[in-house]
Amino acid sequence: MSETTGGVEFDEDSAGVVKKFMFVNRKAPYGTVYALEGLEVVLISAAFDQDVSMVFMDDGVYELIKGQHTKSINVKNFSPTYRALEGYDIEKLYVDKESMDMRGLTVDNLIVPVEVLTAAEMGELMDQQDVVISF
Amino acid sequence: MLHIVNKSPFENSTLDSCLRVIGATKGGALLLTEDAVYAATKGSAVEAKIKAVSGNVLVYALWPDLEARGMQDMCIDGVKFVDYGGFVDLVAEHNSVQSWL
Amino acid sequence: MKFGIMVNEGPYTHQATDTAYMFAKAALEKGHEVPRVFFYHDGVNNSSSLTDPPQDDRNIVNRWSKLAEDHGVDLVVCVAAAMRRGITEGNLAAGFRISGLGQLVEAGIQADRLVVFGD
Repeated sequence: MSETTGGVEFDEDSAGVVKKFMFVNRKAPYGTVYALEGLEVVLISAAFDQDVSMVFMDDGVYELIKGQHTKSINVKNFSPTYRALEGYDIEKLYVDKESMDMRGLTVDNLIVPVEVLTAAEMGELMDQQDVVISF
Repeated sequence: MLHIVNKSPFENSTLDSCLRVIGATKGGALLLTEDAVYAATKGSAVEAKIKAVSGNVLVYALWPDLEARGMQDMCIDGVKFVDYGGFVDLVAEHNSVQSWL
Repeated sequence: MKFGIMVNEGPYTHQATDTAYMFAKAALEKGHEVPRVFFYHDGVNNSSSLTDPPQDDRNIVNRWSKLAEDHGVDLVVCVAAAMRRGITEGNLAAGFRISGLGQLVEAGIQADRLVVFGD
C-alpha cells in the first residue's frame, strides 16, 4: 500500500491511462467540510498523473478568498493549500464569472491565479471531461 | 454529458446553476432525481426554466422519486420518465456524467 | 460497462446512499459491473456495524454488505474521512474495507463511468 497514492498499488490496468478529471467545488469553506475534504481528493489525484482541472462555482468561489484567518473559530485554515497545488502540477483552476459577479468579487480577491469562464465556456469544458467529481 | 440534479429548486440554487451552464451548450441530458423531481411540476415557477432548456437537452425525471412524493400526475409535458434501469442506461449512453451537488 | 460509484452522505439523513444503492443494483441486474463503491465525507457512516434501524425499515448498512457478498462489489471507506468520524476496523460492517483516497481516483481511471451521489 502506498501512502502517496492513497493505498493503491498502481497496477497495469491503470498505468498509462490519462483521463480528464474535473473537481467541481460549489460550497463555501468552513460552514461545511466539503471544501476541505474535496481538496484532499485533488491532492491525492496529483500522484496519478491525470489531467486535472478544478472548477469553483457558486459559493465555491469563496474557498479561494485571500486573508482567511481561522484562529477564532478554532478550525484549520486550509486556504494556503490552494497555493501549493501548483507544486503538484495542478494548475488548471477555473472560476465561474457569474458566480464571481453575483458576489461582488474579482480575481484580485483570490489567493491563486485562476481563469474566469462564462457559462458557455464552463459547459464546454465540462463536456470535455471523462470524470467529474463533486463534493 | 448527463447532468444529474437531486435538490429541490425551491431549496437551493443548484438547479439554476446547472440550467445556466447547460442552457449555454448544446446536447446532453438532464436527469432530475430525489427532491429535484419537484422541478418537473407543471404550473410551478420553474416550469418555464425547464422548458427553456428542453430545446438544448433532453429532460428526464426519476419516476420512483416522483411516485414516492405523490407528484406523478403533476408533471410538465415533455419531461420523460425513467426508472433506475433507465437511469443506468442514461449514464451508459452519455460519454460522461456530472452530479451537481 | 464498469460503473464506479461515490457516496458522499451517510445513511438515513440523505437519500443519496439509497439512490446510489438502487443505481448499483439496477446496473448489476442489467449485466453491468460495479467494481467499486467509494464512501467519502459522511458517506463513511454507511459502513458502521453499530447501526440499528427500526425493523420495518430498510437496513442500509446490511444492504450494502449483501451487495458486496452477492456481487463482489468492493466497498471502500476513506481512511481519513473514517478517522474523523469514528469509523475503525473495530466497528466496520461486513464487506467494507478502509483504504486511501487513491482507491477513488483509481476507480475513476479504471471504470467507464464514475457516478457521484451526495448532497
